[in-house]
Amino acid sequence: MISLAGRDIMNAWGKFVFTGLGLGLLIGVTLSMAGIYRGMVDDGKALLDNSGADLWVVQKDTLGPYAEASSVYDDTWRGIHAMPGVARVANVTYLTMQVRQGDRDVRSMVTGVMAGEPGTPGWPPYLVAGRQITRGHYEAVADIATGFNLGDRLQIRRNHYTVVGLTRRMVSSGGDPIVFIPLKDAQETQFLKDNDAILQQRRRTTANPNFNRPQIPGLLEAVIALQSSNAYVNAVLVQVATGHDAEEVAQSIRRWKRLTVYTRSQMEEILIGKLIATSAKQIAMFLVILSIVSAAIVAFIIYTLTLGKIREIAVLKLIGTRNRTIAGLIMQQSIALGIIGFVVGKITATLLMAPIFPKYVLLEPLDSVIGFVAVVVICILASIFAIRAALKVDPAEAIGS
Amino acid sequence: MTGKGIRIEGLKKRYGRGDTAVDALKGVDMQVAPGEVVGLVGPSGSGKSTLLKCLGAVIEPTAGRMILGDEVIYDNGWKVKDLRALRRDRIGFIFQAPYLINFLDVTDNVALLPMLAGKSNAESRKQAVELFKALDVEHRAKAMPAQLSGGEQQRVAIARGLVNRPPVILADEPTAPLDSERALAVIRILNQMARKFDTAIIVVTHDEKIMPTFKRIYHIRDGVTYEEAGEGRGFD
Repeated sequence: MISLAGRDIMNAWGKFVFTGLGLGLLIGVTLSMAGIYRGMVDDGKALLDNSGADLWVVQKDTLGPYAEASSVYDDTWRGIHAMPGVARVANVTYLTMQVRQGDRDVRSMVTGVMAGEPGTPGWPPYLVAGRQITRGHYEAVADIATGFNLGDRLQIRRNHYTVVGLTRRMVSSGGDPIVFIPLKDAQETQFLKDNDAILQQRRRTTANPNFNRPQIPGLLEAVIALQSSNAYVNAVLVQVATGHDAEEVAQSIRRWKRLTVYTRSQMEEILIGKLIATSAKQIAMFLVILSIVSAAIVAFIIYTLTLGKIREIAVLKLIGTRNRTIAGLIMQQSIALGIIGFVVGKITATLLMAPIFPKYVLLEPLDSVIGFVAVVVICILASIFAIRAALKVDPAEAIGS
Repeated sequence: MTGKGIRIEGLKKRYGRGDTAVDALKGVDMQVAPGEVVGLVGPSGSGKSTLLKCLGAVIEPTAGRMILGDEVIYDNGWKVKDLRALRRDRIGFIFQAPYLINFLDVTDNVALLPMLAGKSNAESRKQAVELFKALDVEHRAKAMPAQLSGGEQQRVAIARGLVNRPPVILADEPTAPLDSERALAVIRILNQMARKFDTAIIVVTHDEKIMPTFKRIYHIRDGVTYEEAGEGRGFD
């Protein structure tokens, strides 16, 4: 038996190919949306992976440092370092802001890292150019997505930094590239007030007789110095020693330090389940709407194509063609349209759409497989209207009235 | 083939019920022998199409008998389970317009019927090509329907009607869109094919120019048929 669907497609291949192209662009957008979601999840995981930490110690009862603000006293790390099962500890700060370079600024997550050696928690695990930060002040390592180059001078608040190293895939959970600077600078950056505010605060402190006591020399200076410095970080990153269970170490820190501690899996749950949950739902809604629109378009096209063949279908039924053969003709055409659309969509998403999105788009092979199955199922469902119309055709229509 | 043509006795068809019921056929009798071509004529609304649809097993009569070859196919109810197979294997159709499947080439348009009946593609196409030789469209076997002239399309449609060697062919106004010369050519072909394949052919028409070609004509009026001897000119 010949393939009626195949013959019809070959006879009107131009119509099918152009319709498939249009559908393919829609499927390409759908695959890209899935890729954007995967990219967001991957950004979150990359942030955790690249921090090099097994545990995140944050302010008690907060979801910090990524999903909520968290302040931990910057001496806390010393006590944690002494606890059993702890191999390495480091303070870290995170601040998303506009980093200025020349006459442009780039939205970045400025991360303050402690002095140390490669492998210190919070440090970029590898560089693609240059070197790590070796000085205590005014050096920076930037992700290449910032567009900065080695030797560039960056302005972060009032200070200037020189880019000494470049890294890759170091992004925040929101996809903003990271700029690493020394911890002390980062602490200052987070809490630095403008000059007028500092002057007014000093004036108020000087006017306060509790602080300004001439009989106690140095008190006023000490209070002003305290007000001008920042002794807080956002989190303490902990690497667990080999052979120790991360959850047990976390329990110990929670118990003795009265801080909140998250393991890697808990932090992943916070990032993916809470931080990007709304965005994920937004994208999921887009996916559902795009799927419905795709289904409606396929249904409409196949229905229209079928209506254009009513006389042929009546003749086919009159000469004894089975209903399942006619249903097969329509369904095969619908699936063929879906396959053309999927191939076009996959190529479009991979080669045209993904590279031009500003954020990372991760097209997973499994998503493509799921997408293909979804397209085929949608095409089968969409063909039902046309099949119903075709099966309702009275073979008597072929005989003139 | 073949069989013994078709015979119908007291065939009735009623549309609707109660006060709105319409008796389209009021007891039609008709017999067409193998190898014979008869005309069926009547004005609009006389019941021609209804009779054709009953004969073609497309609609169910209300009462009467239909005997196709040796088999009673209708006797106050269908006696054949698979009407689709009956239409496919034992009744040929030729329409007012050729109604070829425009996405199949000429050969597959005709070979489709034996394929639907379960024959192999090669055997089906061989059957089709044999008919093309008889109908003089062999040279157009690979063409698409849109590439054929009106006369060629109608000859291909005749081939489709004949390809399964049915005992009866129902031709619905097959010459309506054709000029006199081509209309007579089609009737000539139908006569040749009827004799060659021992097929009974019923030609529904009100085309005056082909009336003299029939030896017998059934007139239908108000759902009742009357037989009349025709001139039977030109095709013996």
